[in-house]
Amino acid sequence: MSGASVLFDAPGPKARRLSLILSIVALVLIIAGAVWVVLTLAAPRESGGITLPGMFDGTRWNIFTDPEVWTFILEGVVATLQAAALAAVGAIALGIVLSLLRSSRIAWVRMPTAVVIEFFRGMPVLLMMLFILLVASTGAFWAVVIALILYNGTLIGEILRAGLVALPRGQREAALSVGMREFQSKMLVEFPRRSGRCCRSSSRSSWCC
Amino acid sequence: MEQLWSLMPTFWEGFRVTLLLLVVAGVLSLILGTVIAAMRISPVGALRGFAAVWTEVARNTPLTLVFIFTAFVLPMLGVRLPYIVLAFVALTYYTSPFVAEALRSGINGVPVGQAEAARSIGLGFGQTVSLVVLPQAFRMTIPPLINVFIALTKNTSVAGGFFVVELFATTRQLANDNGNIVMEILITAAVLYLVITVPLGFLAGQLERRWVVKR
Repeated sequence: MSGASVLFDAPGPKARRLSLILSIVALVLIIAGAVWVVLTLAAPRESGGITLPGMFDGTRWNIFTDPEVWTFILEGVVATLQAAALAAVGAIALGIVLSLLRSSRIAWVRMPTAVVIEFFRGMPVLLMMLFILLVASTGAFWAVVIALILYNGTLIGEILRAGLVALPRGQREAALSVGMREFQSKMLVEFPRRSGRCCRSSSRSSWCC
Repeated sequence: MEQLWSLMPTFWEGFRVTLLLLVVAGVLSLILGTVIAAMRISPVGALRGFAAVWTEVARNTPLTLVFIFTAFVLPMLGVRLPYIVLAFVALTYYTSPFVAEALRSGINGVPVGQAEAARSIGLGFGQTVSLVVLPQAFRMTIPPLINVFIALTKNTSVAGGFFVVELFATTRQLANDNGNIVMEILITAAVLYLVITVPLGFLAGQLERRWVVKR
């Protein structure tokens, strides 16, 4: 269905009033909840007989006046961006290779690729990071990058493959009939022409791991 | 090998907690997600807006951040619950928008004519949705829903970092204690996750093939 509007008529005065009342009630509840949370956190805390200052007390926040804290945070941000950039490039490259291998005509190429994809897709990326860290002892940064490449590469590979499968058969048949080899058809016709829709889903879904 | 076998009871404990997380959070997020999806298509504008905001906020928050909130901030607010219950809350909150979106895409996949026909014979909103649209939407929704639950299975591992001793936390502990068979322990853990996810993925593929609506 193109929109939910087919399911019901345009709201009349009663429905509009109900909607308005619900909006106001919800807004009041949300604001009240937020105020309560802030007040509860701001209140001084009792812990084992000692009274500690509230969460918004200056003594809890003055750590941020220390420049060393900021350099530490900045280092973390830079490392995150580096890991994400490396993993993004690697995962897209791996995804392209896997999608081509997985849709190969040759069974002994296609089958092992399917097994590898299922293996990496089916386990938590945290476990993969731990595996690479402990078994290959690469250091934490490269363990994260490699695990993200493997995990997101398989996801992107499957998304790209779905785009290849959705392509009309005629494209491939036409490429083969003008004398292209299998590989030429894949690289020059099918892959560039695969449905562009798959790119949107890959930009969001795969990076949340 | 014998050493690995002697660890199996510990693995089984962790595996059971992972399964528990998966089942409880799965059922709860299915319920919450259905409610959100119903709100998303409802005639009341306020409900639609709330559902849209919930969906966007919940699925764009990193799961780790959600866990930090439930495990550290909720207890500060006076919520005294076992950590596994807090993990249920975090996983349900995070998974519900994905369930809602899967349901909504199924509902959007039902041709307009079906709803128009239902309306034209005098069915109201509730009847149109429950008798005509949802039964057709569900068959298109089951494979994507299974994929959501596969993702949930893997997401339960985040709970291992927040005081819930499930499969990932168990594995990390065992790998620390048995330095000589780290590789075997990690492979066992991977196999235990695959025992859940691969059959689910296989089921999704089968159902997708069987239930594909030929139009």
